[in-house]
Amino acid sequence: MAEVKMLTEYYADDSYRGIEGYQAKKGYEMLKKALKMPPAEIVTMVKDSGLRGRGGAGFPTGMKWSFLPNNGEERYLLCNADEGEPCTFKDRMMMERAPHQLIEGMIISAFAVQSKKSYIYIRGEYQYAVKVLEQAIQEAYKAGYLGQNILGSGFSHDMDIYVGAGAYICGEETGMISSLEGLKGQPKLKPPFPAVKGYLRKPTIVNNVETLASVIYILRDGVEAYRKFGTQKSPGTKLFSVSGDVMKPGNYEVPLGYKLKDLIEKECGGLKPGRQLKAVIPGGTSAPVLTAEEANRATLDYECLADMKSMLGSGSIVVIDDSRCMVDMLGVITHFYHHESCGQCTPCREGTGWLNKVVSAIKAGNGTQKDIDTLCKVADNMKGRTICALSDAAALPVLSFVPKFRSEFEYYIREGKSQVRGISYAQMHH
Amino acid sequence: MNFQLSSEGQEFVKKELKRYETKESAIIPCLFRVQKENAGWVSPESVGYLSQLMDIPEARINEVFQFYTMFNQVPVGKYHVQVCCNVACCMAGTREIIEEFCKEHNVAEGDVTSDKRFTFTRVECLGACDKAPMMQINDDYYEDLTMDSAKQILRGLK
Repeated sequence: MAEVKMLTEYYADDSYRGIEGYQAKKGYEMLKKALKMPPAEIVTMVKDSGLRGRGGAGFPTGMKWSFLPNNGEERYLLCNADEGEPCTFKDRMMMERAPHQLIEGMIISAFAVQSKKSYIYIRGEYQYAVKVLEQAIQEAYKAGYLGQNILGSGFSHDMDIYVGAGAYICGEETGMISSLEGLKGQPKLKPPFPAVKGYLRKPTIVNNVETLASVIYILRDGVEAYRKFGTQKSPGTKLFSVSGDVMKPGNYEVPLGYKLKDLIEKECGGLKPGRQLKAVIPGGTSAPVLTAEEANRATLDYECLADMKSMLGSGSIVVIDDSRCMVDMLGVITHFYHHESCGQCTPCREGTGWLNKVVSAIKAGNGTQKDIDTLCKVADNMKGRTICALSDAAALPVLSFVPKFRSEFEYYIREGKSQVRGISYAQMHH
Repeated sequence: MNFQLSSEGQEFVKKELKRYETKESAIIPCLFRVQKENAGWVSPESVGYLSQLMDIPEARINEVFQFYTMFNQVPVGKYHVQVCCNVACCMAGTREIIEEFCKEHNVAEGDVTSDKRFTFTRVECLGACDKAPMMQINDDYYEDLTMDSAKQILRGLK
């Protein structure tokens, strides 16, 4: 077993949810330490730690922080808790089990970037996590960790929650800012980046839940000790949400660079009896699918998966065994992106619709051999031509499923039914 | 029929209008409140009411209201049963579950049953994939379902 419980060490303990239980496990000690440090030193530590954004893009956190202009403008910190990438469920667990860990990580980060106001933007479906966080924020105010002159340091900070209303696109940082401003959650052109002009056109840092919580441990253990986990370019541990065809789905914290094969076989108890591995989606549905052969030699770090032309993304892993029809799986994915396109950019609005239409036609037994080329051509035209990455996220699954499992698509088109299931999904009203 | 928020609801709107840096940020929370007090959906007249109460143009509120999937634009049953039909849940059989629900209750997806108790909707990933198949009924998650347990849960609702 190679699980390393840094973030998740006390997650099994129910009392860790409350402020007393959290403090009993040295909670808020790092905040006390941070408030005595020069803020720039914390930024430097985070930069040197090599911590990369855990929400999906993997952008170096310290570098993001250093983009803030020194112009005396008010700064905002926004926690991205709009966990919407399909098959990701780590942030929900973190907020439900350890709300104070997130709050402490946020206050330290806010102090480092000298922000007086932060919001946790959380997806509306996470009602339970909202309740847990609301209570925890109240407790933190009462204990003097939030509000005016925190622990006598002279630093003041207010924190609030903003509950979203159901839109995947709000997980994109500029879409989230639009939503917080009371608009449709449509992304904005970059540059200017949020660090320069974000919420209300003021400098804004947007970081994922896991990223902000990780800051505590960089401070606790120091840069060198933090870097003992992971690889040179992907330091630290990371939470992986594993779902699909494994015996023990769930969240697992392992050092980056861990073998995907080991995660599946050791932590997750392997596949169901008698089944063979067919494919793995390694980083949320936007990440190009890996074949079994690729999955068996993949390591879970940003660089290995990029080399395989896929991505680590949010760290959500869907394990697919040989009982699954790849045409059907792709249909579920194309439906999702069509539903979630915000409609702002033509290639995405129209492209996601066409991809879904063509895959649905194939699934209904009405495909033609030309459809395979159409799918790849449409998807190719959607890449890199839009304001945000949703269009690419919709194109990449198509551009990996179709070429890597081409014979399955060809069979379905030729025979009007699934090669694996021996049936047409049209008969099942799916 | 004129829609009006309860006095607590009106208090809530007042507070929300002052809670954020700009009052437009209060649109989403206030729409949630309206939906809660209007049997689970936001009617055109309730948007008009909110527009007056918040002093924000109706078109501005509609723009937000129509963008987000959690706001219901048509009436829903007492229990809004949202079955996740994204990747992990589909693999675990949720499409079969929602089809069975609709068949058993003789209703199309998205419509209200004749006794006004249920609306069955397919939704995208709710972030509980390790507990697939799952569904959300009003605010609560129901996880690790089987066809039988799912039906049982519906029967157990008052």
